Amino acid sequence: MTTLLIADHDNTRLSSHTAKALTASSKLGEVHLLVAGHNISAVANEAAQLTGVSKVLLVDHPELNHQLAESMASTILALAKDYSAIVAAATTTGKSILPRVAAQLDVMQLSEIIEVVSEDTFKRPIYAGNAIQTVRSRDAVKVITVRTASFDSAAMTGSAPIEPIDAVTGEKRSAHLADQLSTSDRPELASAKIVISGGRALGSAEKFNEVILPVADKLGAAVGASRAAVDSGYAPNDWQVGQTGKVVSPELYIACGISGAIQHLAGMKDSKVIVAINSDEEAPIFQLADYQLVADLFEALPELERSL
Amino acid sequence: MKVLAAVKRVVDYNVKVRVKSDGSGVELNNVKMSINPFDEIAVEEAIRLKEAGNASEVVVVSIGSSKSEETLRSALAMGADRGVLVDTGDTNIEPLAVAKLLKKVVEQEDPGLVILGKQAIDDDCNQTGQMLAALLGWAQGTFASDVEVVNATSAKVTREVDGGLQKVLLKLPAVVTSDLRLNEPRYASLPNIMKAKKKPVAKPTLADLGLSEADIAPRLEVIETRAPETRSAGIKVASVTELVEKLKHEAGVL
Ligand SMILES: Cc1cc2nc3c(=O)[nH]c(=O)nc-3n(C[C@H](O)[C@H](O)[C@H](O)COP(=O)(O)OP(=O)(O)OC[C@H]3O[C@@H](n4cnc5c(N)ncnc54)[C@H](O)[C@@H]3O)c2cc1C
Repeated sequence: MTTLLIADHDNTRLSSHTAKALTASSKLGEVHLLVAGHNISAVANEAAQLTGVSKVLLVDHPELNHQLAESMASTILALAKDYSAIVAAATTTGKSILPRVAAQLDVMQLSEIIEVVSEDTFKRPIYAGNAIQTVRSRDAVKVITVRTASFDSAAMTGSAPIEPIDAVTGEKRSAHLADQLSTSDRPELASAKIVISGGRALGSAEKFNEVILPVADKLGAAVGASRAAVDSGYAPNDWQVGQTGKVVSPELYIACGISGAIQHLAGMKDSKVIVAINSDEEAPIFQLADYQLVADLFEALPELERSL
Repeated sequence: MKVLAAVKRVVDYNVKVRVKSDGSGVELNNVKMSINPFDEIAVEEAIRLKEAGNASEVVVVSIGSSKSEETLRSALAMGADRGVLVDTGDTNIEPLAVAKLLKKVVEQEDPGLVILGKQAIDDDCNQTGQMLAALLGWAQGTFASDVEVVNATSAKVTREVDGGLQKVLLKLPAVVTSDLRLNEPRYASLPNIMKAKKKPVAKPTLADLGLSEADIAPRLEVIETRAPETRSAGIKVASVTELVEKLKHEAGVL
């Protein structure tokens, strides 16, 4: 009963998702970690230290440089016969690759699990987290993506052997053209201890930057946004928190000028402490906020920034 | 080039679903049902490709109960040309089975591009498009915020990824899954709603598609469905000063 966990990385660093997905994987037994990409020796060395990984499989190939789903799935499928479970974090990369693997193995994927009940039984949210399903898989191989916000990180005390293996990238049907990645010195949304998010109320990208970012900087917080704020161009797409954006569970989540639609709540309601700042006393976000400040955010946030 | 769009009938996104107290599922009786919002975006994109002269015909497919015909009609009212309904009755049908059925429809229709929503807002699985692409051996462009058909054999897709945006080149035929910002779907006009009633909807049986009940039987056993833990009500704070003081000394998060 060995699990193959797919490492989440950018060829340079292992992302925080991997150590969390490992915690879920370890509940299934022994774990081999697949690091697939290009020029990834640093990532493999980091991966070898993860506690609970008994072997790191290293696949280095130019075709895997951007981890496109087609070639990644072919590489994973070539290894699949040795494993009883294939697991990845539910990142945009994991979500793109694993269903391809599942379909070719003729198994039903378990998406975004939040709990491992037993080797074949898992909990996962449906309806934007308004219901939690307990499901048992009858398939011989379990193909699973993990909602990492629901798991702690594994430690880094290990020293697993690294075994280089050949890539099997398959027929080339897609090619990478360009990336337009956000760069920022702020913590990542997925792993930040504090997240401050802005909504439609911000009114413009300028105001978003002027009012939200200084508070984020004082707090060392990651910045999030509602769909309305992203759609309106106040914030980039990778800041969206929610059912169809990122799911976060920081120690502190501060929602500013966000009404609290179920689709937004789906991405942040497992935060430890929730603060809502909204001028409308009736805003639904207040129903789950631990601390509720009825105020105009354009006054409250600068004041907050000064008092930190 | 023909474009195929897949649509699912789901609980309307405005409905707050209620979990049945016996753990058997969510209440679906007398609940408003609509086209899955992501699929509506997929249909809109297909229609825009036709309007731009990049597609010759837009075929919409739905798999589910006979009521999914309503969902197809709403896609036809937006401007799709014809529909295909695979009636699988009231049983739950999983993404893998949907992908297998869609593969058969694709083999009959021979489209150059298949567009689906990136996820359905009921099961939140985010699998069907990728599975279909894999079964067909096609390229995929998931979470698309822009689709540009370059020529009969290739398309450029901008994808919304965790780090920002990624642009890929896909060999056609390919599968694209739509994200929220791909487009803003149009409202169907009353005359178009009337016209949609007369558009053809084919209803192939499983046997017509060369599949059996066993091929689409569920693989996952749903043991129970429960409401999530609810958060206990919080408190109002009167000022920023009080907020900071509470976060520091009561919650201990600052
Ligand atoms: C398929 C689908 C998926 C979706 N996925 C997501 C998702 O992943 N994430 C997401 O966030 N949304 C998602 N949505 C959208 C969601 O339904 C809401 O439309 C969205 O979250 C609303 O954003 P908002 O709260 O910023 O805007 P609004 O609902 O317009 O709320 C603005 C709030 O600001 C308050 N306000 C106004 N002025 C001030 C002021 N000066 N000071 C303080 N407060 C003020 C108002 O009282 C109001 O409560 C999705 C929708 C669909 C259909």
